[in-house]
Amino acid sequence: MALLQSRRLLAAPRLAAAAAASARASSWWSHVEMGPPDPILGVTEAFKRDTNSKKMNLGVGAYRDDNGKPYVLNCVRKAEAQIASKKMDKEYLPIAGLADFTRASAELALGENSEAFKSGRYVTVQGISGTGSLRIGANFLQRFFKSSRDVYLPKPSWGNHTPIFRDAGLQLQSYRYYDPKTCSLDFSGAMDDISKIPEKSIILLHACAHNPTGVDPRQEQWKELAAVVKKRNLLVYFDMAYQGFASGDINRDAWAVRHFIEQGINIVLAQSYAKNMGLYGERVGAFTVICSDAEEAKRVESQLKILIRPMYSNPPINGARIASLILNSPDLRKEWLVEVKSMADRIISMRTQLVSNLKKEGSSHNWQHITDQIGMFCFTGLKPEQVERLTKEFSIYMTKDGRISVAGVTSGNVGYLAHAIHQVTK
Amino acid sequence: MAASIFAAVPRAPPVAVFKLTADFREDGDARKVNLGVGAYRTDEGQPWVLPVVRKVEQMIANDASLNHEYLPILGLPEFRANASRIALGDDSPAIKENRIGSVQSLGGTGALRIGAEFLRRWYNGNNNTATPVYISSPSWENHNSVFVDAGFKDIRTYHYWDAAKRGLDLHGLLDDMEKAPEFSIFILHACAHNPTGTDPTPDEWKQIAAVMKRRFLFPFFDSAYQGFASGSLDKDAWAVRYFVSEGFELFCAQSFSKNFGLYNERVGNLTVVGKDADNVQRVLSQMEKIVRTTWSNPPSQGARIVATTLASPQLFAEWKDNVKTMADRVLLMRSELRSRLESLGTPGTWNHITEQIGMFSFTGLNPKQVEYMIKEKHIYLMASGRINMCGLTTKNLDYVAKSIHEAVTKIQ
Repeated sequence: MALLQSRRLLAAPRLAAAAAASARASSWWSHVEMGPPDPILGVTEAFKRDTNSKKMNLGVGAYRDDNGKPYVLNCVRKAEAQIASKKMDKEYLPIAGLADFTRASAELALGENSEAFKSGRYVTVQGISGTGSLRIGANFLQRFFKSSRDVYLPKPSWGNHTPIFRDAGLQLQSYRYYDPKTCSLDFSGAMDDISKIPEKSIILLHACAHNPTGVDPRQEQWKELAAVVKKRNLLVYFDMAYQGFASGDINRDAWAVRHFIEQGINIVLAQSYAKNMGLYGERVGAFTVICSDAEEAKRVESQLKILIRPMYSNPPINGARIASLILNSPDLRKEWLVEVKSMADRIISMRTQLVSNLKKEGSSHNWQHITDQIGMFCFTGLKPEQVERLTKEFSIYMTKDGRISVAGVTSGNVGYLAHAIHQVTK
Repeated sequence: MAASIFAAVPRAPPVAVFKLTADFREDGDARKVNLGVGAYRTDEGQPWVLPVVRKVEQMIANDASLNHEYLPILGLPEFRANASRIALGDDSPAIKENRIGSVQSLGGTGALRIGAEFLRRWYNGNNNTATPVYISSPSWENHNSVFVDAGFKDIRTYHYWDAAKRGLDLHGLLDDMEKAPEFSIFILHACAHNPTGTDPTPDEWKQIAAVMKRRFLFPFFDSAYQGFASGSLDKDAWAVRYFVSEGFELFCAQSFSKNFGLYNERVGNLTVVGKDADNVQRVLSQMEKIVRTTWSNPPSQGARIVATTLASPQLFAEWKDNVKTMADRVLLMRSELRSRLESLGTPGTWNHITEQIGMFSFTGLNPKQVEYMIKEKHIYLMASGRINMCGLTTKNLDYVAKSIHEAVTKIQ
C-alpha cells in the first residue's frame, strides 16, 4: 500500500483529482523512509542498557577526564565569568561572525609569522563547529570551483565527510590511506593514488589526529604529499579538528597546514574548537580560504556570506566569544595551552598504559600502533568478531571497525581493557 | 604561481538591510535615525536584553553541573517540546495525539532551511525540485534564497500587498492559490508579516485555509514574532493553530530572536505537525540526516535559556510580561506616529500605521521619497518604504514625522 501511494506521489503533478484525494487523505509523508539508525548511537544506547559495573563506552567522541567525566576547561570557566560580568547585548553578529574570533582563529592555524596571515590574503568566516565550517566550504567549492566536482577523501575518513560533500552537490572519491595489515599509514599507496588524481580535483586531508584511524603522516611524508599535490595542481581542503589536542603542541599539530601554504599551495581549511577547547555544544568553528591577495579575499568573503545567509543567517555568539577571549587574552591563552596539553598528555598516557598492560597480560601481538597513532581515536586492528566478544563478554563498547575512543580509557579501567583485549586476541 | 582558481569569483552585493545599518553607522549627523534592521530598541534607542533572560543566564552560569557537551542532533529535548507547545498551544490536539515533532534550529532561518531541504527531498515525490514554492509579494528577502539554495527550481510569488489600498490583497492571494498547481508549497507569515505588517484577519485566514485544503497546498508557516506582534502569545499563534485544527499537516519555523531578544544565540525551532506519530517519526529521522550535514547539532546556550524560562511558571510569566513591554512600546510608537502625521496634515491616509502589526510598517513611501529621507534627513529605511517601529523613540518621533511630511509633500 505504501509503495502504491509513493508511486502516485511520484507522478503527483499529473494526478487525477481522485487519486490526489486518496493520497491526501493519508499523510504527505507515507513514502518517507525511516532514516538508517546511527551506528555510534546504537553503541551508546546498548551501553546505557548494560548493567555490568565494569562496562566501558569507547565510542564516545568527546574528551573525558581520568574519572570518565566531561571536562570543562578552567580557561573556559574564567572566560565565561568575564563575559557574564560584562553584561553584553545580544545583537546579531555579522554574517561572517565575530571578527576578533575569526582573526585569532586564522592566526592560530596559520601562525603569527605567516606571510599569508600578515598580508591579509585570507578570509576566515565563523562556522558552526567543524561540520558547519566543512559544509560552508563544500558549498562554496560547489558554486565557485568549476574545475571539478570530485572530492578525494582518505580511506577511511570521518563518516560525516561523505554526506556533507554529497549534500553540497559534490562527488566522492578516495585515495588509499590506512593499511589494515600494519595499522599504520599506507604511504606508498597514498602517494600512488594521489599522483593519479585528475588535475584540479579537490583533495581532503586531515591536518592532524586522523579520524578514525589516529594515523598521521610524519613530517617528511607531509613534504612529499605537498609536492605531489602541488604537481597535480589539486585544491587542498584541510580538516583540522584537533589542533593542540593531538600532540599537545598547537604549532606542531598545524605543521602540515603551514607547510602546504609555505609551498605556495592556497588551501582551504575547516577548524573546530569542539575538542581542543571542550566547547562541543557551543558549535565553534571557522572556515578559511587562502587567496592570492587581500582583494580576492574580499570577493571570496562576500560570496561566503551569500551562502551563509540562507542557511542560518549569522552564527551563534556564545562559544565564539569564549574562544575569542581565550585566544586574545595572554593569560587565558597561556592557561589554555597548558590545559590542552594536559588533555593530549592524558590520552597519550592511556595509550602507553594500554600497551604496557597488554604486554603484562602476556600478549604476543605487536601493539605498537596504539602508541604510534595519535589523537582521540585508535584503530586497534580488532576484527568484528573480536569486537563482538568484547561487548558480549566484557561489556566493552566500540564500533565494529575496531575503533576505540582513547578518551574513554582511564587509569581505573585500562587494566580491564587490556585484559579483555588479550582474552579475545590470544 | 598559476592564476588563482578564485580569480573569477565576483564580488557579491551586500545584503541590503545590513548595508543600510553600515551606512547609518558611518553617518555623522546628530539627527540620524535607524529605521532599518529588525531588532527591538528601547525608548533610549538601545538594544534590550530581557530581564528574564539576564536572570536565567545567571542561573545557568551559577549551575556548576552544566557542561558544554554536544546536544542531540535534533536539539535540547526540553527546548524542543516547550517551543512547539508555545506555537501549538497547551491544549493542542496534535500534541495530545502525539503527532508533532520538533527540530531545534539556528534561528528562524535555520528552521526554514531544514524544512526546505526536507521538502525538496521528500515532499511531492522524491527529490522533486519542480514543486512550486510560493512566497508572498513582498516578503522577507531571505525566503527566496532559502528555497533556492535548498534546491527548488520554481519559486513564485503570490499576491499579498495591495499598494493602492495599503492593505491585504485577499482577492489576489486567493486567486493565486486557486491557480497554483496542486501540492504547491506556500510560505505563510504566522503573524506580523514582514515587511508589510499586514496580516489576514481570522475570517480571511479561514478562507485561505479552505482553498489550501481543497487544492492540496502545503502550509509552511514562518513564525518570527509570536507574542511580539499583539502582546499575546495565543493571539499571535491563532492562524497556525487554526490550520492544525483543520487537519493540515504543516511546518512552522519558529524564531526566538525577537520575542526572547536572543538574536545572536540563534534560537529557533521547526515544528512539524503530521497525521500520526509514525509519519512524524520517519520525518524526524530524515531531518536528522539533513541536520547532521548542515551543523551536526545545534548550539546549547540559547536553547537552555528558552527551555528554562518556558518550563518554569514564574519565569514564563516574567517572560510574557517582558514580551508585552516590547509589544506595547511598538504599539505606542505606532499611535504616536500616526497622530503626528494626521496633525501635520500629511497628504494621504495614515491609519495603516496603527492597523499594521509587529515590528514593521510599510509606510507607502516610494523609492524617491526614501532616498530623500536618507540623504536629506539622515533617516535610514528600506527602499521598499519599510520602517522598523522600534527605531522610533519619544525623542525622535517629531523629527521623523516632520521628515515624512516633507518627503511626501516635496517628492512625488
